[in-house]
Amino acid sequence: MWIETTIAMRFLRQGRAQTLLILVGIAVGVSVIVFVVALISGLQANVIARTLGTQAHVRVEAPEEVNRIAPAAAGTAQLLLEDRRAQALRPIVNWQQVRDALDHLPGVTAVSPVVSGPAFGRRGDAVESVALIGMDLPRYLRVIPLDENMVEGRLDVGSGNALVGRQLAQDLGLRTGGKLRLDAGDGRATVVNVAGIFELGVRELDARYVYLDLKQAQSLLALPGGVTVIDITVAELFEAERIAARIRGLTGLKAESWMETNAQLMNALTSQSMSTNMISFFVAMSVALGIASVLAVSVTQRTREIGILRAMGTRRRQMLQVFLVQGAVLGVAGSLIGALAGWGLVGIFNTFGPKLFYIPMPAGLVPASMLLATVAGVIAAAVPASRAARLDPVEAIRHA
Amino acid sequence: MPDSREVLRLDGVRKSYNIGQPNEVEVLHGIDMRVEHADFAALVGPSGSGKSTLLNQIGLLDSPTAGELYLLGKPTREMDDEARTALRGRHIGFVFQFHHLIGAFSALENVLMPHMVAHGKPDREALDRARNLLADVGLEKFADRKPGELSGGQQQRVAIARALVTRPALLLADEPTGNLDTKTAADVFKLLRRFNAEFGCAVLLVTHDPRLAETCDRTITLVDGRIDSDQ
Ligand SMILES: Nc1ncnc2c1ncn2[C@@H]1O[C@H](COP(=O)(O)OP(=O)(O)O)[C@@H](O)[C@H]1O
Ligand SMILES: [Mg+2]
Repeated sequence: MWIETTIAMRFLRQGRAQTLLILVGIAVGVSVIVFVVALISGLQANVIARTLGTQAHVRVEAPEEVNRIAPAAAGTAQLLLEDRRAQALRPIVNWQQVRDALDHLPGVTAVSPVVSGPAFGRRGDAVESVALIGMDLPRYLRVIPLDENMVEGRLDVGSGNALVGRQLAQDLGLRTGGKLRLDAGDGRATVVNVAGIFELGVRELDARYVYLDLKQAQSLLALPGGVTVIDITVAELFEAERIAARIRGLTGLKAESWMETNAQLMNALTSQSMSTNMISFFVAMSVALGIASVLAVSVTQRTREIGILRAMGTRRRQMLQVFLVQGAVLGVAGSLIGALAGWGLVGIFNTFGPKLFYIPMPAGLVPASMLLATVAGVIAAAVPASRAARLDPVEAIRHA
Repeated sequence: MPDSREVLRLDGVRKSYNIGQPNEVEVLHGIDMRVEHADFAALVGPSGSGKSTLLNQIGLLDSPTAGELYLLGKPTREMDDEARTALRGRHIGFVFQFHHLIGAFSALENVLMPHMVAHGKPDREALDRARNLLADVGLEKFADRKPGELSGGQQQRVAIARALVTRPALLLADEPTGNLDTKTAADVFKLLRRFNAEFGCAVLLVTHDPRLAETCDRTITLVDGRIDSDQ
């Protein structure tokens, strides 16, 4: 390969202007790919992180109650008008066992049993409807980083303490240390001490959530010893649906992944990724066409030299390699410049951009885009290279 | 059996162009000839008589339509491109009318090119041989110049050095002096003569210059694709 590579490099160096132009072309294309992919994946990671800041990756609940329909007598047709059953708060049966089983499920990093249900929060004359969340704090924190979202007071739900959302605190005029009366109906009511105020950044949650100790919530919601939901965090975000399916099969419970819950978001992300891939594909294609046309011109310009080289004993395969190497070298060099430029663009965006979010440089993006451009370069070179290899030496030498 | 002195033998070589088309034309009509070790032969004839075509067949750049061509005793007509190219690279040196150097390489690298495409990176011995050849053609000082920085006569001398770097058995030259002034042409001719004597490589050259042809040991005259005389 030494002589083929040497000839290829000399040809590239001799056609300086053409080589530089196509290198710039490849570099621009690759930097666009690198920047767009980094931007979009950064954006997506950001949106997902925000969404999952207040959601479990998988939510396990008791199966829904369904109507039990008496089987029709043999030989009769049954005409059925069915109303959905009212879905009362239902505890998960044997939740301790389920929790322990999920703790050991591969891919699961956190399991947090929760009891939740509706209630009224009162202070003086003001009444707000709230959602009571009773949880085991250390476990819960591994699912929702509540500790990072505290704006006031302490993170404490023990012994009659509660955490309320910032919006709810405002609506009821509550401050840390204030008292909140919780009324869950049927005469089950209690007064809790507001230990802290949080802000999750989602208005709906900040206006309704009241965090309590598991036991206290259980007694308020008349579910002594029971939990209604088991929240789960998984190691690989996009494995959530698979793990949810696994949990459904394993426990017979209802398990919903964040991907299912946020189907619309997933849809948006998928189509965004698709358009990124399309942009990459078309840019790569125009890069390839650029390389192909530059090499095609070069083969025509060098027809006579190719004939001479063939007369001096250069084999067809060697001639082919001379031009394939040129395609590969253009791809590698152009994409190296382009990838660095794309990286620079990401840096500029992070430093001087709107600073709405930070774009991390996805690991492997630079080598992947370089590989893409190099493969595109070699494929693009194939047509002109095989034309060079097939040239008839007699005709080529006569070529003006 | 071919004797050990035989370099080339043609046996009823015919060449047609545009076969199977209305403009089919036979350019060579059965050529028989023999070239021996250290022969120095001129191929002369009117324009269009088929001299270049014949040289292309002999140089294995093209293959005859009929007949057989033996190079160093090996029949070549049935060879595939790969084998033909290898044989050509090893045993045949070319000098064309328009020097035809590779512009991206220096004079020395051009001389080494036939060696490099066959054997890769040149070793000491090959480098020395190429340098000596350049010195022999009087261009040792120009080894690092690119062809574009050399005169026509200098380029043609580089091309001769290049044709000899593989120590070929046969050197083919198609009007090697056709593009040069009389004085330079005579110099180039002298060089060919000298290498023929020194290395014993057979030389077959096409020329239009009757005075140059006269100085050759042998003159083959081609008329309308047939050998008219061979003295
Ligand atoms: N590729 C070709 N196709 C058709 N005719 C050709 C081709 N090459 C050469 N010829 C014809 O063959 C004849 C001999 O050409 P050539 O060998 O170049 O003659 P010379 O070198 O003696 O001047 C000419 O009539 C030329 O037109
Ligand atoms: Mg001719």
